Amino acid sequence: MQVDRKEILHIANLASLNIKEDEIEEYRKNLQDILNFANIVNSVNTDNINETIGSTNNVNVFREDEIKEFEDKELLLENVPDKENNMFKIPKVI
Amino acid sequence: MSREDYEVVIGLEVHSELSTKTKIFCSCPTEFGGEPNTHCCPVCMAMPGALPVLNKRVVEYAIKAGLATNCNIAHVSKNDRKNYFYPDLPKSYQISQYDMPLCRNGYVEIETNDGPKKIRLVRIHIEEDAGKLNHDEYGRGSLVDLNRAGVPLIEIVSEPDMRSTEEVDSYLKKLKSILEYIEVSDCKMQEGSLRADVNVSVRKKGAKKFGTRTEMKNMNSFRSITRAIEYEAQRQIEVIENGGKIEQETLRWDEVSGKTFSMRDKEDAQDYRYFPEPDLAIINISDEMIEDIRKSLPEMPESRRERYVKELGLPEYDSNILTSSKYLSDLFENATKVCNNPKAVSNWIMTDITRILNEEEKEPNEIPFTAEQLGELVTLIDKGTISSKIAKQVLEELFKNPKSPQDIIKEKGWIQISDESAIKEVVLKILEANPQSIVDYKAGRDRALGYLVGQAMKETKGKANPQMLNKMFLEELNK
Amino acid sequence: MELYELTVHELMDKLNKNEITSEDIVKSYTKRIEEKEKDIGAFVTITTDEALEKSKNVKNRNLAGIPIGIKDNLCTKGVKTTCSSKMLENFVAPYNATVVEKLEDEGIISLGKLNMDEFAMGSSTEYSAFKTTKNPWNLNAVPGGSSGGSAAAVASQMVPWALGSDTGGSIRQPASLCGVVGLKPTYGLVSRYGLVAFASSLDQIGPITKDVEDSAILLNVIAGHDEKDSTSANMPKKDYTKSLVKDVSKLKVGVPKEFLGEGINEEVKQSVEEAIKKYKELGATVEECTLDIANEALATYYIIACAEASSNLGRFDGIRYGYRAKNFETLKDIYKNSRSEGFGAEVKRRIILGTYVLSSGYYDAYYKKAQKVRTVIKQEFEKLFEKYDLLITPTSPTVAYKIGTKSNNPLEMYLADLCTVSVNIAGLPGISIPCGVDKKGMPIGLQLIGKPFGEETLLQAAYTYEQEVKFREKYKPQFKS
Repeated sequence: MQVDRKEILHIANLASLNIKEDEIEEYRKNLQDILNFANIVNSVNTDNINETIGSTNNVNVFREDEIKEFEDKELLLENVPDKENNMFKIPKVI
Repeated sequence: MSREDYEVVIGLEVHSELSTKTKIFCSCPTEFGGEPNTHCCPVCMAMPGALPVLNKRVVEYAIKAGLATNCNIAHVSKNDRKNYFYPDLPKSYQISQYDMPLCRNGYVEIETNDGPKKIRLVRIHIEEDAGKLNHDEYGRGSLVDLNRAGVPLIEIVSEPDMRSTEEVDSYLKKLKSILEYIEVSDCKMQEGSLRADVNVSVRKKGAKKFGTRTEMKNMNSFRSITRAIEYEAQRQIEVIENGGKIEQETLRWDEVSGKTFSMRDKEDAQDYRYFPEPDLAIINISDEMIEDIRKSLPEMPESRRERYVKELGLPEYDSNILTSSKYLSDLFENATKVCNNPKAVSNWIMTDITRILNEEEKEPNEIPFTAEQLGELVTLIDKGTISSKIAKQVLEELFKNPKSPQDIIKEKGWIQISDESAIKEVVLKILEANPQSIVDYKAGRDRALGYLVGQAMKETKGKANPQMLNKMFLEELNK
Repeated sequence: MELYELTVHELMDKLNKNEITSEDIVKSYTKRIEEKEKDIGAFVTITTDEALEKSKNVKNRNLAGIPIGIKDNLCTKGVKTTCSSKMLENFVAPYNATVVEKLEDEGIISLGKLNMDEFAMGSSTEYSAFKTTKNPWNLNAVPGGSSGGSAAAVASQMVPWALGSDTGGSIRQPASLCGVVGLKPTYGLVSRYGLVAFASSLDQIGPITKDVEDSAILLNVIAGHDEKDSTSANMPKKDYTKSLVKDVSKLKVGVPKEFLGEGINEEVKQSVEEAIKKYKELGATVEECTLDIANEALATYYIIACAEASSNLGRFDGIRYGYRAKNFETLKDIYKNSRSEGFGAEVKRRIILGTYVLSSGYYDAYYKKAQKVRTVIKQEFEKLFEKYDLLITPTSPTVAYKIGTKSNNPLEMYLADLCTVSVNIAGLPGISIPCGVDKKGMPIGLQLIGKPFGEETLLQAAYTYEQEVKFREKYKPQFKS
């Protein structure tokens, strides 16, 4: 796959990252290099092979529906960059 | 061409909060309200390193919902991540289900003017709810509260099988009633526990192909859903009539202006990058588990309705209303157990109770008194202890200050006078005071009797047994 | 003999005989850290003062009072957890990782949090936002990574042992480059709850220790089912120290020839071949076998790991914790500016790759295909394990290289994981033990790969070799520059 400049900007936007004008080519080339290498997966014959889902053979790992309150609730808001009335403050969202 | 030349095609994605005690992936309470960010823990606040563990009851409830809507239950199911950034979504991904939902291919039957109609369901899947955005007091910023983040939801996706807002309304009511019957959701719209996204398209009548659809979000009542559909269908028709093209997009319904607005930010073509959630295990559902859940399902509205008509002799219409809400239906059945007079109980529910609910803008599940109290009320009438007029007052009192009707009438002194000599005394007194009425009656004016009975009722503050009054007046007048 | 020179089992002996106290041990390490940390730079946060206080109240019981170092991506309540990222520079977790909780239950005392590549993405600690840790064997060389701080701290004896995490080799490769023992347990054996996720389906926490016995002891502490981690294996607890038996005579060992071919440094190859010979001498049945998946595994690894990482790192959005950009007007600015300024270049590169392979139009060709290749790789291993009890490969294709020589070429850096990633792809246990040094005296590591939950076999084979070769007695880091 050939990655172009527009695509890098689209991907960066999806990932909520800024890429400065002078970085675009570097990120593009890097992604292109890795994709060229990663393409090797497409040389492997995977006819009739199922995808791996997760890395565990566990099935039906459930919790009972019982309330267990977290003990250190005040610590949950210790790292907040900006808070008001015990809530996270952000610029106005419509 | 005009509105009448078009057909509206509607599909719904209904989100219903499940009434579990705890959230879907952590043990925090799902209770509504509470101080902001207090029903939270590292998992639902998406602290680094925290991991989800699936609430078993969420799976059971979703399967229940699937069975109650005639779905096939998957034997293998999994969770997936839906990735997007939004401040009410703390992990920046929602754990949902993508290509292996718990339930598929069901249907819900609704009543239409042309008879019963099946609305097909594509799927039902489980996912987590998002948090809530509040505005700060100066309106300069938004504040994020994650108490709702992680509350379990089922999303019920219908085929685009509805053709009118009436059908949408019946579908939603039916779905709500089913979810209430199987007790997986309390469906309180004002608390957001039942919400719908709506897909709308229009096409010329008789056309085979669907038109381009738009999706509307943000409706929080049945009324706003129907309003939004009416508005959007009209808008689409106008666009087409003016030679324009409908763009497939997501719209936001604005309740205040009654209009839809485009939500899309042009540079942000959404791409949710779904992939299997590696932090959760695969879900395997055995036939045994499905059968166990099937056995636990309560009697559904159709079956109750049939029973009411056939066994209890209620009119079809009344049976429909009674079974439209599990709460009403349970109220009816349990009150009937007490008084053994289904018709009377049904009448009370259909008339006075419904009227008071409407006046007070309340839902059936907000009725403050018990089925036993209602049953007792009917028994008191049947035994002649109170008149039906007094009974209406008792009912009003039950809404205000629910307690045993027996106690109410004792306290208020509302017990009916059925003592023959006491009634006779009143009758004689009223006749003496109204000689003109006697003349009128004898002259053939029957209305005079009614007047006299009314006067006697007034005299006894409504406590006199009306049948006895009637009988005794007639005896005296015909002497 | 200074206390910091001892292994943990030796310290336990002395503690149990009441020859020393926990306070003596902590003091010895505190002194050692004061001496060596300025040269090595293994720590992000040093907590020796708190450790000393705790050591005064230790009740004698098994491991109580033994110090440890913890990789800085394991959440510790009350002490910063930075992941060596500007994003979490001041982040204090509100809870302890399950493994940290287990250490505390044993009375094990933390000496501090150890440096790493940012969010565990890297093989040298050069991608730490704070500093590059130095290799105690040569201060101009990298210690490996991402658990480079953990491996260098153990090798320089600033901690008796440490916890690391391993997504594609991040425990084994730095252990190899620093001449210590590093064990990546089977996926699911150790709870990941509280490990800041890089790639959820590959991450595993494990011990980095001076010898195999200490690895078995630490594995006993951290292994076990955890209801907070849905991928945690629910199986009876084992005593791994029972595997410390010097005997490999019943073992069938496979040597995948592809891992001793192209791309592997000649001296590394020779040293590993020597080790293989040693296993034969010790009575193991050794056979050459085929496992022709190294490059495919590396590609698969980067696709899957970056895809998961791109999603896992979404939560760092500048809203609830972590770095928030100073300049912003809109919500979008907060996201984009905070993430762009808070993450380092390598993290951003991987997020972009991960986002790309999951995005519409590429999902099938990359992510989905990689998950199929993953199944193929697992099957290849399964086939080999029908015949063999364990496999032997080098841990790293090279010895530790000079700082700055690869950090600008990500793809070349990724080759450092060539021998280790397939183990994570298949969820298997792997251990790296020192097997020699090259001409310049830099340590070389031997990797043993076991069957799922075959840690006992792995430990026994590693222990037998270690007891025979006695690497620790022969070679010591020189701290030369």
